[in-house]
Amino acid sequence: MVLILAAFALVPLYCWWVDSVYPLTLFGRILVFALAALGLNLALGFGGMVSLGHAMYIGFGAYAVGIGSALGMESGVLQLLLALIATALIAAPLGWIALRTQGIAFIMITLAFAQLFYDVFISLRMFGGDDGMTIQKLSAWGPLTGNKVAIYLSLVAALVLAIWGIARTVQSRFGLVLRATMVSERRVNAVGTPSLPYRLVAYVISAELCAVAGYFLANLTSFVSPAYMAWTLSGELIVMALLGGSATVFGPVVGAVALLLLEEGLKAFTERWALILGPIIVLIVVFLRQGLWGLLSDPSEKPSGGSSGGSHG
Amino acid sequence: MSLFIAQLLNGLQFGILLFLLAAGLTLVFGIMSFINLAHGVLYMLGAYFAAATFALTQSFLLGVVVATAGVFLVAAAADRLGLSVLHKRDHLDQVLATFGIVIFCNELVRWIWGNAPVFMDTPAALSDSLDIFGFIYPAYRLVILGAGLIIAVGLYWLIERTRIGMLIRAGASNRVMVSALGVNIGWLNVFIFALGGGLAGLAGALIGPITSVQPGMGDGILILTLVVIVIGGIGSIRGAFLGALIVGLVDTLGRIYLPTLLRSVADPSVANAVGPALASIGVYLLMAVVLAFKPDGLFPVRRRQG
Amino acid sequence: MIQRTLRLAGLATALAALTISTQATAQLKIGFMATMSGPAATLGQDQYDGFMLGIEHSGGKLGGQQITVIKEDDQLKVDVGVQAIQKLIEKDKVDLITGVTFSNVMMAVAKPLADANMIFIGSNAGPGPLAGPQCNQNFFFTSWQNDAQSEVMGKFAADKGYKRVYVMAPNYQAGKDFVSGFKRFYPTPLVGEVYTQLNQPDYSAEIVQMMAAKPDALYVFYPGGMGVAFVRQMRQAGALGKVPLLSTSTTDGSTLPALKETALGVLSGTFWGPDFDNPVSQKFVADFRAKYKRIPSQYAAQAYDAALLLDSALKKTGGKVADKAALRAALRQADFKSLRGDFKINTNGFPIQSMHVFEVAKDSTGEVSLKTIATPLKAHADAYVSQCSLK
Repeated sequence: MVLILAAFALVPLYCWWVDSVYPLTLFGRILVFALAALGLNLALGFGGMVSLGHAMYIGFGAYAVGIGSALGMESGVLQLLLALIATALIAAPLGWIALRTQGIAFIMITLAFAQLFYDVFISLRMFGGDDGMTIQKLSAWGPLTGNKVAIYLSLVAALVLAIWGIARTVQSRFGLVLRATMVSERRVNAVGTPSLPYRLVAYVISAELCAVAGYFLANLTSFVSPAYMAWTLSGELIVMALLGGSATVFGPVVGAVALLLLEEGLKAFTERWALILGPIIVLIVVFLRQGLWGLLSDPSEKPSGGSSGGSHG
Repeated sequence: MSLFIAQLLNGLQFGILLFLLAAGLTLVFGIMSFINLAHGVLYMLGAYFAAATFALTQSFLLGVVVATAGVFLVAAAADRLGLSVLHKRDHLDQVLATFGIVIFCNELVRWIWGNAPVFMDTPAALSDSLDIFGFIYPAYRLVILGAGLIIAVGLYWLIERTRIGMLIRAGASNRVMVSALGVNIGWLNVFIFALGGGLAGLAGALIGPITSVQPGMGDGILILTLVVIVIGGIGSIRGAFLGALIVGLVDTLGRIYLPTLLRSVADPSVANAVGPALASIGVYLLMAVVLAFKPDGLFPVRRRQG
Repeated sequence: MIQRTLRLAGLATALAALTISTQATAQLKIGFMATMSGPAATLGQDQYDGFMLGIEHSGGKLGGQQITVIKEDDQLKVDVGVQAIQKLIEKDKVDLITGVTFSNVMMAVAKPLADANMIFIGSNAGPGPLAGPQCNQNFFFTSWQNDAQSEVMGKFAADKGYKRVYVMAPNYQAGKDFVSGFKRFYPTPLVGEVYTQLNQPDYSAEIVQMMAAKPDALYVFYPGGMGVAFVRQMRQAGALGKVPLLSTSTTDGSTLPALKETALGVLSGTFWGPDFDNPVSQKFVADFRAKYKRIPSQYAAQAYDAALLLDSALKKTGGKVADKAALRAALRQADFKSLRGDFKINTNGFPIQSMHVFEVAKDSTGEVSLKTIATPLKAHADAYVSQCSLK
């Protein structure tokens, strides 16, 4: 895992070597989704909460930059704070409502909320509506404003921090309770620990990570649009997390990298890339029960616990 | 007033359309506990099979028959050829695998039939419109209405009154016991899956002529179908039927009357902007309300734990 | 351990292959980006086919230069579009970029294109902001400014003296833009303005509502699959014969093959139709039909003209692209015979052209096609040029 992370950090150097900014753009986008998938997996893989609405939080992060910039609030720090606070204010009540249901109902409720906000942002004509909004001035971070390499490296740093943070969380008492609720919420409640607060906190944290990913996405593409909140994007995040292996912390990152690189590589080959990608996904599900990261990582590194996802109610 | 009745009829008919799709999905999901995102793809295949048959033979009826039987066979084959592996896996794996199948099939259809929508028309005999309550109403919609009712009754009879139906219900309650009693649960599952597929194919053949037959046509309507079965109760045909009717009515009446309502209390430009948005989330609000009071849907299937 | 290292090494090599820039050759490299997958792929495909035919008709070269066209697919996703544009600019190091199907992608890629000082020939999307406040000296469009196709229908409705017009469109930016374009040239208040859900499958309720309002004409904007569904349902409700249906992008080359006779009589507005009788258009239609076995849509025609425009400009600069100012000036002159007849480029890069009204009818070979019936707007410039600071 360290090798892979180091490779990400070295991309700017590679860019300088081949004299092209493109790898930075490509990996920037990949890492944004890696971070989002990582965040989603805290809820999905460790909490058993399948949310089809997490792309909405990516949108919040991106719009914090877009709306902030449009309204004159250009400071990078303030925009990030805005993203985090707005996400918390929305994720907490939404999560609380959604967590009253489970199984397919939970999935549909999260989808419904995502559609709601998607429709809201589409109708916000002053911020571009569904045509989106070009961000002329990126988040201000003093002399580093708009510096692609700086943005990229801080994204790498954020990713590393997030991985470390989630790894610690998962092994902590909080994490143990969370993972227990995934196995059987009834039993957790039966021993006297209320399961709702733990799941809600996990949901909000995962939303925050998606918001940070959105913050970077806006800065990397200089653009924000409601398309960043589409439920199909949420679906892709779930695919990335599952592909990489949702039982591990690092799995989703691998899943994001694999899916996006595969798409990029296959697209160069043929326009009918979906004909190849589809079966590959099916084969991975059928044969690689631990996900891609399970295949690539050392057997001794895997955490205890079996199939890629645990049992769901 | 007669306008309202006409809209009511429209809402019911849209509901029946949704039922055609929901029936197969809830059967497979409820009884086999298999989340099949590829249900939309089966619907699309049905429409394409019907369109292709129609292009060759000019016979609408033949198109419907080929579509239903064809997709039934495709589903059965897919299940036997490997999809059954997914039955035992957890829901997330099923979601992921069927997602892969969806993008593969959409591309396959695009490859074979091209990107653009293909031609399909209602049979000449049914292309007229009728005068109902002073409003013109397409004759073909009555066909859909009729088909939906026949299928609803037919499924009810199958599940409640036949031996196979009894086995299906038993399998839904307790698979292991049924198997232990000597029933070949493997073949039963194939049958259910193929039946769900056939229903989707039939829906595609019937609905194709009134909408657009194009790659990816199943994806959008799949979400609405999921909402229907969540509201109705997963695994319940009765739930799918009533859920579909309710969703059809709420959606249609909401689309028509919400903006009108808004226009009477607010400025037209606001009504034009907010009205449609409200209408589109109306169905989701309905779902949220239903789930708040009945988390398992309106007519949940009683299921034994374990 | 060795297995794992090998796997990682294999991965790394593949990665390197993806990202290493291609070497510069003596050819001219043109980047073509459009929506080539997904439900709207038929538009991007038409653009590509039209563009390539244009190159072929220019002798397989543009301005005497050998051309390599690098095709990219934006999947109708804004972030993929931005990434693809950046790939064309930074990795493939193209000299020019053309294409782009949808307005939201166009708005997103406008900034990277502008930042790279890249000359761009748009052959479909023409959003208002790029014609007005965000206009750019490097952007040229051989299609239209988005509003033009609805403005012409508004003018047509006004000319026809319709008093009770009812309007329907999907509830997204393009839908709203097209309705405001219509209203700009049709000043009488509408008897109904209804926005439906994007990709709504069933319009029967809205059609009943519309008939109840007894309009004397109906204007709609329903592109792609929505158009096919809507026209079918109008026909099945018996409404098509009763209320004249004016439209934009609803009955075009991408939807007519699915509708056939169902759409007979529907009116639409755009800049070109396959029955135009100038020699450039006739050659285009004949060769396109022979090569691709379908009647070309306006999307193919737009991209065809993009190739012709490039050819004319490159001839003037002797095939060189290094001097951007010279190339821009040459492009601005638009010194070529367009298949639409009159074609000039305005100060903001958008066309000044005539807009026509077409009726769906059978052509001389019996196939369902478009027939020119009126030209309400002659030498028409867009409504945003005054907001553009370029002179």
